[in-house]
Amino acid sequence: MKSTIIRILKEKAIWIVFIVLFIAFSLANHRFISTSNLFTIARQVSMLGIASIGMTFVILIAGIDLSTGSIITFVNIVGAFLMVNMGFSMVAAVVVSLILSMLVGVINGCMISSIGIPAIIATFATQIVFEGISYLICGGTPIYGFDERFKVIGQGYLGPVPVPVIIMIVCFAIGSFILNKSYFGRYFYAVGGNEDAAKLSGIRVGRTKYLVYALSGLFAGLAGIVMLSRTNSAQPTAGLGYEFDVITCVVLGGVSISGGFGKMSNVVAGVLIIGILSNGMVLLNVSTYMQMVVKGIVLVLAVGFDSFQKKRALT
Amino acid sequence: MSDEYILELQHIRKEYPGVVALKDVSLEVKKGEILALIGENGAGKSTLIKTCSGAVIPTSGKIVINGKEFTQMSPQLAAENGIAIIYQEFNNVKGLSAAENLFLGNPIRKGIVIDKKAMEKEAEKAFAQLNIKINPKTLVGDLTVGYQQMIEIAKAILQDAKVLIMDEPSAPLTNAEVESMFKVCELLKAKGVSIIYISHRLEEIYRLSDRIVVLRDGEYIKTLITKDSHVDELIQLMVGRSLNETFPPREARYREDEIVLELQDVSGNGDKNINLQVRKGEILGLGGLVGAGRTELVQMIFGAAKKTEGKMIFKGKEINPKAPREAIDLGIALVPEDRKRHGVLLGVSVKNNINMPIYKKISKASVINNKKEFETAKKYEKELLIKTPTLHQLVKNLSGGNQQKVIIGKWLAANSELIIFDEPTRGIDVGAKAEIYKLMNEVIENGKTILLISSEMEELMGMSDRIVVLAEGRITGELQKDEFDQETIMKMASAV
Repeated sequence: MKSTIIRILKEKAIWIVFIVLFIAFSLANHRFISTSNLFTIARQVSMLGIASIGMTFVILIAGIDLSTGSIITFVNIVGAFLMVNMGFSMVAAVVVSLILSMLVGVINGCMISSIGIPAIIATFATQIVFEGISYLICGGTPIYGFDERFKVIGQGYLGPVPVPVIIMIVCFAIGSFILNKSYFGRYFYAVGGNEDAAKLSGIRVGRTKYLVYALSGLFAGLAGIVMLSRTNSAQPTAGLGYEFDVITCVVLGGVSISGGFGKMSNVVAGVLIIGILSNGMVLLNVSTYMQMVVKGIVLVLAVGFDSFQKKRALT
Repeated sequence: MSDEYILELQHIRKEYPGVVALKDVSLEVKKGEILALIGENGAGKSTLIKTCSGAVIPTSGKIVINGKEFTQMSPQLAAENGIAIIYQEFNNVKGLSAAENLFLGNPIRKGIVIDKKAMEKEAEKAFAQLNIKINPKTLVGDLTVGYQQMIEIAKAILQDAKVLIMDEPSAPLTNAEVESMFKVCELLKAKGVSIIYISHRLEEIYRLSDRIVVLRDGEYIKTLITKDSHVDELIQLMVGRSLNETFPPREARYREDEIVLELQDVSGNGDKNINLQVRKGEILGLGGLVGAGRTELVQMIFGAAKKTEGKMIFKGKEINPKAPREAIDLGIALVPEDRKRHGVLLGVSVKNNINMPIYKKISKASVINNKKEFETAKKYEKELLIKTPTLHQLVKNLSGGNQQKVIIGKWLAANSELIIFDEPTRGIDVGAKAEIYKLMNEVIENGKTILLISSEMEELMGMSDRIVVLAEGRITGELQKDEFDQETIMKMASAV
């Protein structure tokens, strides 16, 4: 009985952290808990949440994707360019952008799985390349002037609920479904847990990796579309450094950086924590630079917790 | 005590929880002799020599080096007292030069700057002493295995080793390289260095050694003077145990003419021209010593390694599996040797491990049928008597025997027709062993076929219907059940 309670507490520990943080910010600043601010947080985290789903898969298979932010920028620029400069319809531009973002993921998958480049280097290179391509397309200047209806994706409401939040919830449902109900999810855990054993159990490890990086690209692309609609203009710096927040969310959500362990529901908590942390620090007038320091430390704590437990288990 | 002995091991005993690896083993090494240490796989040779280096701490017994007594060693103590071991895996850095490798961890320095010139000069001297030609500036990674081994030997000599222990030194070498290694050994012997030489290859032992110490099942058996002994006597001593373990009986179910798997001149992955037939419903044992190429052979059958030549025919059709997945779909399964690294997914539940190969089959539009998934796992949990609190238990929390059952369950669930068992009872306690044997019999009774690799003579003879023996990547013999005999198998495995 006691051990069951401890186990549940351990599993849900991140939610407790979230609640404590939430109460702390509420007490520190009364504006934090206002309805409008909570909606702001929800809208802010929606892009983070969408991108973190793909990253969850990647980290589950013991990989890493540093190209997330760059894909977000790329989709911003390409989507805007297609609509404004090429005269694409809204739907066509979105579809083409998403396909392209997935293809960037496929390129990552190819480098990692077929060529054997370490994920950290392959996706690092992709990051730089697509940041460069984004600048080449837009010539360094923002693109704006979209169809009015395009705003709905990032700024609209369905009843009282912001559309991006709905998109995020649907995405989490899909991610959760892939991870828990489809057999691909089982493969992700197996590949991340032990690639050799997974292969000898009949899993096609190479294909699984392609799929995971393609999904990571796709979810990043979707986050990019939401961002484009929200800001209503495409900036070549739109997604700069975004992968950092996404990785932090996922690791904070208890997905082991060495692969094989993690739950989608806890990643939601990780996303919410980063969301209220960013928002709360702004409300408390914490400087941007100080925020960077705090976020860096949060990442170290999250990874450190996981790594230290593993190290202790070994000795 | 006589001072002619440079190294004495006295009454060495080593216990591990539940097993005694060495029982009261004593041996003496004379100055300037080559002493061969032989025994089957698992006889305790490696454990014994590791007590000399400190890698294994004996439970009781003494190690006497040049009259000095020790109850245990450490790598530093061994080096200080002139004991050097050359393992099968070399301790070298491939990106550094031969000279730098000789002084690894202890470079000649001028202040904080390493003195390359001095090291190269010293290296040249050391190589000249051994009569070997290596340019000290060459990167070790560019040298052949034979030369890399020479560098290990030179390192030992440079550290003034009095006793050189070599563990299967000839295994990775070509014939020409073996010859030059022998020359170096003889040279060292002439200089008064003693060598303990461990090898499976009996002809080498007869060529090189002065005396032979035989171990069996962790016990000292006998010391022979090489020139007065005969191979037959040696083999008899190595395998001469009484067979007392009983194996669950099984009715022969195979038919001579029904071939499940046939290999025709299969080469690759270190094996050459393998021809063999596996009959439906039999247990075909693959005998041989460690490194004989048995695991390599089954890797090719399972699609985990490439074959370069030859044909494989499974159920009448030529097959060419390029990935385990393809072999599994054909009906071939592998229970690998290294259970924790290759067999089970430790961080995954019992249920998911069992279903892993069939997830695609039990899914519709990629959605898993949870009911089927659970029922399959439940079925094999019951049939195989897997001891686990729930099916959601992570496999890492199960005992070795139960982990092995999970793997077997996985392949039964995948409906495999040919199941390859690679050392299925290694590291499993006695009770669970008997259960695994029973399971293998049940597998046969269900009309399936087994290919069994085992280095345990009793297990191999007790379970197989027929035995094919490999040595150094080739088939060296085949025995029918009524011809099974430890000495014959050992002879075939040693290729004498």
